[in-house]
Amino acid sequence: MSAAMTAKPSPAGGLVKRGRLWRGVRASSPGYAFLAPWLLGFFCLTLGPALVSLYLSFTNFDVLQPPTWIGTGNYTRLLSGDPKAVASIRVTLLFVIFSVPLKLVFALLVALALNRGIRGLPVYRAIFYLPSLLGGSVAIAILWRQLFASNGLVNLMLEPFGIVGPSWVSNPNYSLTTLVVLAIWQFGSPMIVFLAGLRQVPQDMYEAASIDGASKFRQFYKITLPLLTPVIFFNFVVQTIEAFKAFTPAFIISGGTGGPVNSTLFYTLYVYQEAFSFFRMGYASALAWLLLIGIAFWTAFSFLTSRFWVHYDD
Amino acid sequence: MSATTSGDRKPLRISAWRTVGRLSIHAVLITASIGMLYPLLWMLSASFKPQNEIFSTVSLLPSTWSIEPYIRGWNALGVSFTQFYWNTLVIAVLSIVGNLISCSLAAFAFSRLKFRGRDFWFAIMLGTMMLPYHVTLIPQYVLFLKLGWVGTNLPLVVPKFFAVDAFFIFLMVQFFRGIPKELDEAAMMDGCTPWRIYWRIMLPLSMPVLATAAIFTFIWTWDDFFGPLIYLSDINTYTVQLGLRSFVDASGDTEWNSMFAMSVLSLVPVFVFFLLFQRLLIEGIATTGMKR
Repeated sequence: MSAAMTAKPSPAGGLVKRGRLWRGVRASSPGYAFLAPWLLGFFCLTLGPALVSLYLSFTNFDVLQPPTWIGTGNYTRLLSGDPKAVASIRVTLLFVIFSVPLKLVFALLVALALNRGIRGLPVYRAIFYLPSLLGGSVAIAILWRQLFASNGLVNLMLEPFGIVGPSWVSNPNYSLTTLVVLAIWQFGSPMIVFLAGLRQVPQDMYEAASIDGASKFRQFYKITLPLLTPVIFFNFVVQTIEAFKAFTPAFIISGGTGGPVNSTLFYTLYVYQEAFSFFRMGYASALAWLLLIGIAFWTAFSFLTSRFWVHYDD
Repeated sequence: MSATTSGDRKPLRISAWRTVGRLSIHAVLITASIGMLYPLLWMLSASFKPQNEIFSTVSLLPSTWSIEPYIRGWNALGVSFTQFYWNTLVIAVLSIVGNLISCSLAAFAFSRLKFRGRDFWFAIMLGTMMLPYHVTLIPQYVLFLKLGWVGTNLPLVVPKFFAVDAFFIFLMVQFFRGIPKELDEAAMMDGCTPWRIYWRIMLPLSMPVLATAAIFTFIWTWDDFFGPLIYLSDINTYTVQLGLRSFVDASGDTEWNSMFAMSVLSLVPVFVFFLLFQRLLIEGIATTGMKR
């Protein structure tokens, strides 16, 4: 209604222009009044701090003394091979590369099995979803530490088969694997998104395909999978960002060190250590900005390449 | 093959195969369910076991059931878990109030009001969901330090009143868009102010999405470890998650049964919410694909 009023052609010059501007402000003011809390939060808690941390990334800063400008010093230290930074980038990338695809494959397979009009769907769905609801807590991290300890449940279960398992969590060759397993165990939430997506696939397409003699596998490959690509892409982006943020399990299982031998030193954990254990806030800010740049590039890359494999139905 | 000779046998065979297929799917799913739940059930049983039994048997049944690990664990840290539960509850309740107010206001503006730059701000809001929190972490910490808030729960609660959880704005915008516009247009004609439309029409019609946002806020604040780890230093202000972590540090590998007892208790509130509001949680995830 108010838009129709402001759009009316006005008969004469400056005064009317001012009137129109005034009307525009008046029409907009309720919008901005409702948006005020979010706007305040955005400027004071998001944009402002982000810019300040960009500035801090070019300084030495230990909270007690005011920051001192050191130019690109933090970045050169970072890129010329700080061994812990290199280790943490490696660990995080390995974690993302293994946990995200495996988690999504499990989620998709289980969703496909559940989507066949199976009896007891709500019960199965609830059981498979439960771990992803609990998985981020300290309690589950403690449980994981015991499960994969040298005398933990996993090795107790291997014993009858004559296998003497290692101490999974304190062996640098396996410690990251236990965290990947923990991530896969939480495949429930992408599974639910897949289930919702599968329900959108029109049933008559399958009927038409089976009349034409297409096998089940071909139907999956030619109908289900293409129609599901937007959901796969969505899950992929969300889960990747989540994987980059992982912190609690690595912190609890390694006792905050990221050990053994930096094998679970997630990037987040390294940022935490630099900022809050060593109070190298400037360097930690540089780490944070490197992560932001990395995620931005990765997201842009994902969206650009999505054109070639994500199927949009319009 | 025999189906070609006697046509009436074919449907029977197919349905027999279907039954076998169905049963095998159930067999696989049940096995998978047990595998998924086994660690949780095992932790539950271990919390009643004597200490020496935890590392010697795979069994889910303790030889003797003992409640003692719970009693010992509850008071093991000098400050009892009663205090940690109370602290967490205060943070969770305030976070719920903050999120519901601030996010619904913003969502109402984005979905129902016309103003200059609306699409621009909406895009920015969506963009903030992608921003890794590390980037704002340090300046926020310095800000709260300057305000003298570090060591209190204010840094964990106050931001919630400024709609920093963009996920919930998005969730509510999606819901508000599904409410027929005629309702508030009619009210507008009758001279209703936007505030009254928000308060009298939108909010009463949005109970499902408000409930979903409240439940997710509860679960996320309950599970949050990173925030409390940074901002809370006095053990009297600790949340349950921090309490658990100190327990691990204090008892090392010696008191597994009471550590599991406290772990089990820390999961109980989330589990209860899951049992009560499963449908809302699953719908919330299905519509926005939220992380957990």
